[in-house]
Amino acid sequence: MAAKKKTKVVPLSVGDKTIPPEGAKMIPIYVMGKRYIIPETLTLMKAIEYVGYKYTRGCGCRGGICGACGTFYRFEGDYKLRTGLACQTVAEENMIIAQLPFFPSNRPNYDLENQKGTPHEELRALYPEVFKCVGCGTCTRTCPMDIDVMDYVALMKRGDLRGAAQKSFDCVMCGLCASRCPAQISQFTAAMYVRRVTGKKIFPKAEHLTNRVEEINTGKYAKMHKELAEKGKEELKELYVKREREPDMSEQGKWLPEDKENL
Amino acid sequence: MSGYGEEFQKLIEAVEASRPARVEMAKRGEAFPALTMTQREEWLGKYHPDYKDEGRRAVKVGPNEGQVFPEEVSELLESKSILSDLKIDLSKPDYETDLLVIGAGGAGTAAALAASDQGLKVLVSTKLRHGDSNTVMAEGGIQGADQEGDSPYFHYLDVIGGGHFTNDPALVGAMTNDAPIIIDWLERMGMMFDKFPDGRMKVRHGGGTSRKRMHSAGDMTGAEIMRVVRDEARNRTDTIDILEFSPAVELLTDDNGDVTGAVLYNLETKEYYVVRAKSVLISSGGFGRLHIQGFPTTNHYGATADGIIMAYRAGAALQDLDSTQYHPTGVVYPEQNVGLLITEKVRGLGAQLVNIDGEQFCFPLEPRDVESACVIRECLDIEKGIVTPTGRPGVWLDSPMIDILHGEGTVRKELPAKYIQFKRYGIDISKQPMLIYPTLHYQNGGIKIGADAATSVPGLFGAGEVAGGVHGRNRLMGNSLLDVLVFGRRAGLAAAEHAGKTKGDGKLTLGHVTEFEKSLKDAGIKKPTVGPIILPDYTPDHVKSRQWC
Repeated sequence: MAAKKKTKVVPLSVGDKTIPPEGAKMIPIYVMGKRYIIPETLTLMKAIEYVGYKYTRGCGCRGGICGACGTFYRFEGDYKLRTGLACQTVAEENMIIAQLPFFPSNRPNYDLENQKGTPHEELRALYPEVFKCVGCGTCTRTCPMDIDVMDYVALMKRGDLRGAAQKSFDCVMCGLCASRCPAQISQFTAAMYVRRVTGKKIFPKAEHLTNRVEEINTGKYAKMHKELAEKGKEELKELYVKREREPDMSEQGKWLPEDKENL
Repeated sequence: MSGYGEEFQKLIEAVEASRPARVEMAKRGEAFPALTMTQREEWLGKYHPDYKDEGRRAVKVGPNEGQVFPEEVSELLESKSILSDLKIDLSKPDYETDLLVIGAGGAGTAAALAASDQGLKVLVSTKLRHGDSNTVMAEGGIQGADQEGDSPYFHYLDVIGGGHFTNDPALVGAMTNDAPIIIDWLERMGMMFDKFPDGRMKVRHGGGTSRKRMHSAGDMTGAEIMRVVRDEARNRTDTIDILEFSPAVELLTDDNGDVTGAVLYNLETKEYYVVRAKSVLISSGGFGRLHIQGFPTTNHYGATADGIIMAYRAGAALQDLDSTQYHPTGVVYPEQNVGLLITEKVRGLGAQLVNIDGEQFCFPLEPRDVESACVIRECLDIEKGIVTPTGRPGVWLDSPMIDILHGEGTVRKELPAKYIQFKRYGIDISKQPMLIYPTLHYQNGGIKIGADAATSVPGLFGAGEVAGGVHGRNRLMGNSLLDVLVFGRRAGLAAAEHAGKTKGDGKLTLGHVTEFEKSLKDAGIKKPTVGPIILPDYTPDHVKSRQWC
């Protein structure tokens, strides 16, 4: 490792292309069964591009959050089926890779504003299959985000929707869990419904927000903005520099600035 | 992978040695002094890539002829149409709709929902999947002045000061006025905001804010917003139709030059579709994947400036497109994470930037361009940066301070996605600092729009990162998620109004393209490149040199 002190450096202009460290070891991987040789340390996504593929499907944010690049892989000679996001998983020797760019999932429509039953009753009506979970745990073992999927499904069954919403929060909706479920549950779409119903009906509403929206609707701030828009740059600069900064550790809902006229 | 090697471990000791004193200072409420307004200007001029002459040139044609843009942008603004050499039949549209939305990120989806509320039929065209956008990647939060000690007045001042007073006041007014309306809209759709048990929104500071008004949902605020608005759009199969993997490649205009539709291209079957629409919204995002000046980027795979290029050909004026935001904290180590964003929330929670000697060298929450200039200066001029094994410069972002300041476990709780991303490579960011350097993050400018999201071309609207003006020459954290939703919603409403006044029998021609290509010839551009490019090309040279087509 060459971490040098005080060396003049010029930033490298290489865009997104990876620079394999000098003398990088070359390793074999199998893209959908076909053997290629790549430098070690690439992510699966960059490895697949390195061998010459250009993505249309199966690539999105390239940062581990969009769920476009769910991937199954095995190591040669190993029975164990593994998963990861192609943009986040480092290629290793003798990996056999196949991405799952799309998987048909069940997603019934619903109207959050006009629901007759309780959130739990509505869940049962929308996703009856959730209640047929056999508890095998394959979903949990499959999740590339390390979410305990089976556990949030259990919470859904039990009616702890808040718990299920929080447990499923990191879901990137890649659909790998659904692809492996023997009970044919689309866990990630059911969880989406559960999170929304939790955000809307189980979390208390922010009162200060409702109040502020009412104030806005009186046109009060549009008027202030109009006055600001008419000011010259120097006058604005002065107001900008003069503005009071709320302390980092202030208590929310209690702290008020000296200038109360413009609240 | 086993985290930092021995030499990095040794360098980290300097960070650890200075940490207790820095923590004590932070606890006393003392901060490293921020730059004065004069210093800001000086440092930006000397160190920010936007202020350098190299890599930039004037565009030779179109509404912004003579203005200087990054080379990569100018070349595409002077490109010819994909359709130039194709015979296409415009006589029978494949789709007829009230509103055509081009680009299905936060802005496009918000517009679709707003228009659907008005009873419009909406067709959404998107290059990748619904939601593949920079919106999903925004981590830190969304601003909105909804606390008692704050108001849209102060939000306005923060935005316009952060933008160095170059912003369009009407757009700033619209955005800061609507912010609480948007937060309320998201709450009503069931977004899981970070809240106190009584329902009060948890808010924080961001770079350049005078009040704590940054709302969040863990460290995946944008992903949660996108999940929610997309889910709602999917519920509306009666009014909203979504065409994935079918980007628009050209606008269609009538004899007056008004926009009347677009040509889409199915990336999988390679066939084109002709769309007639009463209103057209471009919400196709920014240009990160053009890798301006060779910088790595935090942007998603599809951010290739398609919308700008199509709109420019149709005569839409641009604003501030020469202004690029480099996010101060992009990852430079490990190599697999290069270019990835480290949310500003990390600094909002108290983490400081320190150099190779463990010294703090700037106020951690300057406006982004200033903060970036500070980091570049420390590395390239002061030469107190760290160099990675692949030759990338960087400084430390001292994330372990967060747990010390706010209690054990805060990093894991507040930054779960970031924690996992580093843990994969054997680095525990609650115990070890991260190595960072500025990364290409955001297109500050874009298509010029008004407060109703209308462009200079009748029938054409613009919203989100593709549009310019609201942030001026620098955007503050938490205002992009806000921008896309505010102007997306406004575009949906304005498009509905426009659609109400239009018959929907607009003539479909490529007249503006013919005219534009003639102007290319007149300007002496003999071999224009073909645009939009649709997707970036990362094929390495050793493969490219052997490919047949």
